[in-house]
Amino acid sequence: MKEYKLSHLAIITVMSCVFLSVMALGVADAGTGSGSFKKDNEIVISFGMPVDEAWAKNTANFMVSEKTDPDIQLPVESVTLDAKRISALIRFREPLNLSSEYEVTAKDVTSEGKVMGNVMFMVKKSQGQILFTIFLGAMLINNFVFTKYLGLCIFFGVSQKKETSIGMGITFTIVMVLSAIMCWALLTFVLQPLHLGFLKIIVFIGTVAIFVQAVDTILRKVNPYLFKKLGVFLVLIVTNCIILAVPLINADSGNGPMESLILGLGAGLGFALALFLMACVREKLELCKVPAVFRGLPIAFVVAGLFALSFLGFSGLSIF
Amino acid sequence: MNRNVQLLWNGLIPENPIFRLALSMCPAVAVTTSVQNGLMLGLAVIFVQVFSSCTVAIFKSFIHPRIRIPAYVIVIALWVTVIDMILPVISPEVYKQVELFVKLIVVFAIIISRLELFASKEPLIPSFFDGLGMGIGFLFGLCLIGAIREFFGTGQLFGFDILGFNPLLIMVLPAGGFFVIGFIMAIFNWIEYKLTGKIPTSGGAH
Repeated sequence: MKEYKLSHLAIITVMSCVFLSVMALGVADAGTGSGSFKKDNEIVISFGMPVDEAWAKNTANFMVSEKTDPDIQLPVESVTLDAKRISALIRFREPLNLSSEYEVTAKDVTSEGKVMGNVMFMVKKSQGQILFTIFLGAMLINNFVFTKYLGLCIFFGVSQKKETSIGMGITFTIVMVLSAIMCWALLTFVLQPLHLGFLKIIVFIGTVAIFVQAVDTILRKVNPYLFKKLGVFLVLIVTNCIILAVPLINADSGNGPMESLILGLGAGLGFALALFLMACVREKLELCKVPAVFRGLPIAFVVAGLFALSFLGFSGLSIF
Repeated sequence: MNRNVQLLWNGLIPENPIFRLALSMCPAVAVTTSVQNGLMLGLAVIFVQVFSSCTVAIFKSFIHPRIRIPAYVIVIALWVTVIDMILPVISPEVYKQVELFVKLIVVFAIIISRLELFASKEPLIPSFFDGLGMGIGFLFGLCLIGAIREFFGTGQLFGFDILGFNPLLIMVLPAGGFFVIGFIMAIFNWIEYKLTGKIPTSGGAH
């Protein structure tokens, strides 16, 4: 009766992911918009009025420090004003840590010869930018399969056919996102108030196992067709390292709910992408003349190695 | 006693978890950039495998067959938590590099598959030797890959400089691990082909 096709499901999943990321970008707060990073060693601040060139040229007028260490002043190399003399570009010798917050204090801002007093700027990435960086990092730059070597068991197990790889990718992404958010909630509202942090391995794997079992049961009753397509993968997911690694990474780096969700989404989609790419190659491999001793897994490992090499090309990629 | 020695040998070569059964590949690639890391994780796996095998062998009559998988997972998670607290005290330096994977021993397929296939059916003593054999086989695999990658990648062994230059930097990069395992598997296949005259089909890859 209901004609669900895996390709439709794939489109729905991708669209909802795009929607989620757009939402994540939308929550970017505008309160600290007075300064922003340009390159990794440049900060742009806007004064809102024309300032004097002679004052701005003196780098001693700008004091920059990380918000966490206000005592350590960062050496400013040069300051350049734009054509209207409203905004200034501060360049540093050393690259900045783009994920932390910086304080820029401009001393005795001089406009048309008059001294207007000190002005302070807060410079940090907006929430949306941070989330997008996490997402991109988990999906491409630090792809869990090719650069962190997680989830290999399933990766080699179900990458023989494109059809199954798509099904697995979708199921995995959904379970990953939901269990990341659940584990975050458990850690924040149950384990931390009770000082039971050392139990997190047991609690996380238990949560994932129970959740997968629940999805399995519900899907079986509610939508038997979908269950027939995706049910087999559900059981396999529990033995996937990524499903446990993401909540543990979230817990260790103290990520909030939004970051946890995005990391889960990135990890899931990255895994799905790796699985699909691998399946495409392995389908072709079936038709090739592979040396007999390499047939099966050995050649799959060599192919994965080549993929890992090409994913090295993503390192250093940054959009913001 | 003879059977116990057989079980030990079985885990080391004929059913080596990494090269023959192709189980738990993630750590085999991830932590093997040096022998030390491989040794550390291998010891942790031996500990968890032996103790979980023994625990399940003792308590198997209390575990209802329908909930056995969650029960096994909890048993493994218990011993992983224990080793996760012991290791940082013994060697904090190495622990820092393999920390995530020590925690992830919970989801290593090799452990749960030994519980399911062996410890849940056999008495305590054989289960102990089976667990020990599998653990040693795993340790052997990790150390072999670690030695190859460390030697060719950095020219060192156990942190001691041997060559004084880096012959093949790619070996310590992510891609190198995949290549090394692929080739070692092929060599294992080739040896078996020479000994028995037929090409084995490689394991289920879980």
